[in-house]
Amino acid sequence: MVPLSWYLLLSAVLFAIGVGGVLLRRNLIVVFMAIELMLNAVNLSFVAFARQLGAEDGQVIVFFVLAVAAAEAGVGLAIFIQLFRARETLNADEVTTLRW
Amino acid sequence: MNAVLFLVLAALTIAAALAVVTNRNPVYSALALVSTLALMSCFFVALEAYLIWALQLVVYAGAIVVLFLFVIMLLNVQREERALPAPGAVVSVAAGAGLLALGVARAVTRTAFASMPAVGDGYGSPAHLARRLFTDYLVSFEITSVLLLVAIVGAVVLGKRRV
Repeated sequence: MVPLSWYLLLSAVLFAIGVGGVLLRRNLIVVFMAIELMLNAVNLSFVAFARQLGAEDGQVIVFFVLAVAAAEAGVGLAIFIQLFRARETLNADEVTTLRW
Repeated sequence: MNAVLFLVLAALTIAAALAVVTNRNPVYSALALVSTLALMSCFFVALEAYLIWALQLVVYAGAIVVLFLFVIMLLNVQREERALPAPGAVVSVAAGAGLLALGVARAVTRTAFASMPAVGDGYGSPAHLARRLFTDYLVSFEITSVLLLVAIVGAVVLGKRRV
């Protein structure tokens, strides 16, 4: 049986990879994917803790995180489409002002 | 899940996650993201979170990544991002992310966790989770439905050419 700490370590490594992706990548869609990666790393922690405590509350919270991630992806990608129509770019460095 | 299987799956997951953030082509990143999510769902099975496993595959690997791929292909952004990030930035971000992981590793390895207890029949099953969702977490559940409605309306309004 694998102990809880292994899952937490894996989760931390995946979260760190996600942080690195958000900070280094300039393509907004890839930045978004890195954010999804971070959300998933946290989900793994939640599920592992739920299993450790023998309670299902952690799994319920993962359910909510999934819903928020889906909503975020839908709205975020719609914003990217509008941004691309207006500016012809998805480079984060070229979109630093909050106006067209 | 035995230790060898865990280590193999963990190594594959980390490799796939690295592929997500290092690939120059966003389409390959999205495909690597599918692999990462599918590999992570294996851990959910090992942790006896069966409903979450199914949701992970259907909602994440299915719906969300397809949405990503659809937008990437619609906008045709493959040609973007030719320039590599500055080496200094890569080194400092890698150091920061490494420190983050090391900090958690230190905290985790210094704590003595009890081994995982046995759980009863039906742990992580849809019936059990639904009972919690519709009793203790009913308010959050209803707010989630409002959030999804707002997201639908918002995505439609934003996606239109002229509001």
